[in-house]
Amino acid sequence: MTTPHTLFEKVWDSHVVHREHGQPDLLYVDLHLVHEVTSPQAFEGLRVAGRPVRRPDRTVATVDHNVPTWSRSLPVRDEIARTQIEALRRNVAEFKIPFYDMDSPHQGIVHVIGPEMGYTRPGMTIVCGDSHTSTHGAFGALAFGIGTSQVEHVLATQCLSTPKPKTLLIDVKGALPTGVTAKDLILGIIGIIGVDGAQGYVIEYAGEAIRSLSMEGRMTVCNMSIEAGARAGMIAPDETTFSYVKGRPQAPQGKAFDAAVGLWRGLASDPGARYDRTVTIHAGDLAPTVTWGTNPGMVVPVTGKVPDPDELKSPDDREASRRALEYMGLQPGTPIKEIRLDRVFIGSCTNSRLEDLREAAKAVEGKHVHPSVRAMVVPGSTQVKLEAEREGLDKVFLDAGFEWRESGCSMCLGMNPDILGAGERCASTSNRNFEGRQGRGGRTHLVSPSMAAAAAVAGHFVDIREWSYGGNGR
Amino acid sequence: MKPFRTVSGIALPLDRVDVDTDQIIPKQFLKRIERTGYGDFLFCDWRNRSDGTPDPTFVLNRAEYQGAPILLAGRNFGCGSSREHAAWALSDFGIRAVVAPSFADIFQSNCFQNGLLPVILADAEVRTLMSRALQTPGHEVTVDLESCRVTDKKGFEASFEVDPFRRECLLKGLDDIDLTLRNVDRIRAYEEARGAAG
Repeated sequence: MTTPHTLFEKVWDSHVVHREHGQPDLLYVDLHLVHEVTSPQAFEGLRVAGRPVRRPDRTVATVDHNVPTWSRSLPVRDEIARTQIEALRRNVAEFKIPFYDMDSPHQGIVHVIGPEMGYTRPGMTIVCGDSHTSTHGAFGALAFGIGTSQVEHVLATQCLSTPKPKTLLIDVKGALPTGVTAKDLILGIIGIIGVDGAQGYVIEYAGEAIRSLSMEGRMTVCNMSIEAGARAGMIAPDETTFSYVKGRPQAPQGKAFDAAVGLWRGLASDPGARYDRTVTIHAGDLAPTVTWGTNPGMVVPVTGKVPDPDELKSPDDREASRRALEYMGLQPGTPIKEIRLDRVFIGSCTNSRLEDLREAAKAVEGKHVHPSVRAMVVPGSTQVKLEAEREGLDKVFLDAGFEWRESGCSMCLGMNPDILGAGERCASTSNRNFEGRQGRGGRTHLVSPSMAAAAAVAGHFVDIREWSYGGNGR
Repeated sequence: MKPFRTVSGIALPLDRVDVDTDQIIPKQFLKRIERTGYGDFLFCDWRNRSDGTPDPTFVLNRAEYQGAPILLAGRNFGCGSSREHAAWALSDFGIRAVVAPSFADIFQSNCFQNGLLPVILADAEVRTLMSRALQTPGHEVTVDLESCRVTDKKGFEASFEVDPFRRECLLKGLDDIDLTLRNVDRIRAYEEARGAAG
């Protein structure tokens, strides 16, 4: 009898280059994703030390964080952002790293293009100087964010020496009710376990609701693992995974693909495998969800009200909630559906894939954005944008009064010109509602793509389960 | 990396939980391509009012806490974005150790890479230090990595745990990349064992 292992343990153990008592394992990195914001100091470090990039062929770079989303034919007006983009261009040329520049048909948010191009595959170890690297765990890869010093470390050695996290199984029982999406599921989970609930752990998501999700939905769930403090989130690969990966440009082809699938089938956690902790979630209890505060754990069903800080037990939580309400300009007891909006943002590495845009388009088709709302759609990659345009989704959004932009991280973090003004309130499909995240003084409410789209039309939050799809409405 | 052994000085009480790295260093400062010079922007949106003038009530702006090398904070400090700029900004501002009941994983790792010591103490212990620092501005605390203890002159004494490997690296100021490159033969062997695709 061999000991049963979890998915995480299988991926971890097969990547240990060296293990020594009293030291963290030295782990091999299969894929290193690089973008313009967290890499310049790492490349500079290599140059100063005279070190080469060990495996440029296992490294891929793109520009996503600070690129403008207006026409690609226009120059980058922000001089500091331009300097950073140009620094990446010089660095990838000097170190011979594959690069998808602003004008490439494969440019996009690094966590969208990795899976889209077939770079992301089951069983891999993947790192990037970005906390949402956890997205790639949807494929049964071990994927996590690192700081710039570690980016330099991986560039120089293709390895990382890092303490082994503990394992947390999140078992989602039952099926998601109609109108409840992957985004509502992960917001619900964070609301239950807390923004530090998975600190020190790698989460494995399992159960019927997870198995029923598309790869896009699984990516949304894994993407926000970091918002619960997790080191990574993982989902065992299955037929849904294999058929997504099949035929993608960087994936193995033909017989090599079949052989890979054979190996990938063995990655799922063995029956009887032990986790350090297990949390059970009942999918049937979840509803379309909206954040009311300034961290992603401050959630409430759309049918609910802004909570009262005085009802919280811990003094720390009461104080944090009071601060959050003050920042958000909200009163306890206000029904969520009465909160009026100024802006709507559909995009980010959480919810900017084709399926997300289809869901949003369905909710706005034949309708028009409320006159007091400015709404924009920012596809996650140039490929997503082109495919959406082939399906006519751009026309649906434009006819409804949305702005249709070029791809990038955009208003998720407001490093480019897409930002909220002070006091502006936004329904956003992104991942963080921190103070100032989308612009200083801006107020962010996190929601699913269909909830964001419907809110853009109504001018306030609505319960998507009561939405009347089809034309003739505003 | 500069070695860390012991640090004594004023404790700066930031009595908030879940402080995210977007607050520690707002995104508009991430476009720079240098590693230094972030200290002026530390907690920029909390230090400055919307008209750009300093907020005199915010703890970092108060005269009694100037020059503090030790930051006290609530649980889950450094959550959110992986930006190492957060550790760079704290370090550049003069902070050498952060004491809190817990830290976000990536932030904690980034601290160790920059000679900045994250110290985990129990809730009640952090609360005691926080209260003293708030009631007696300028209250001094010592963080000793050799003995793994935090003390003050009013009799506070608490021990903390730190990964032995990380402790060794900090005490000696060892460079992580140099350490890994000592295993270059093992890395090559691993790649060869995995075949041409390895």
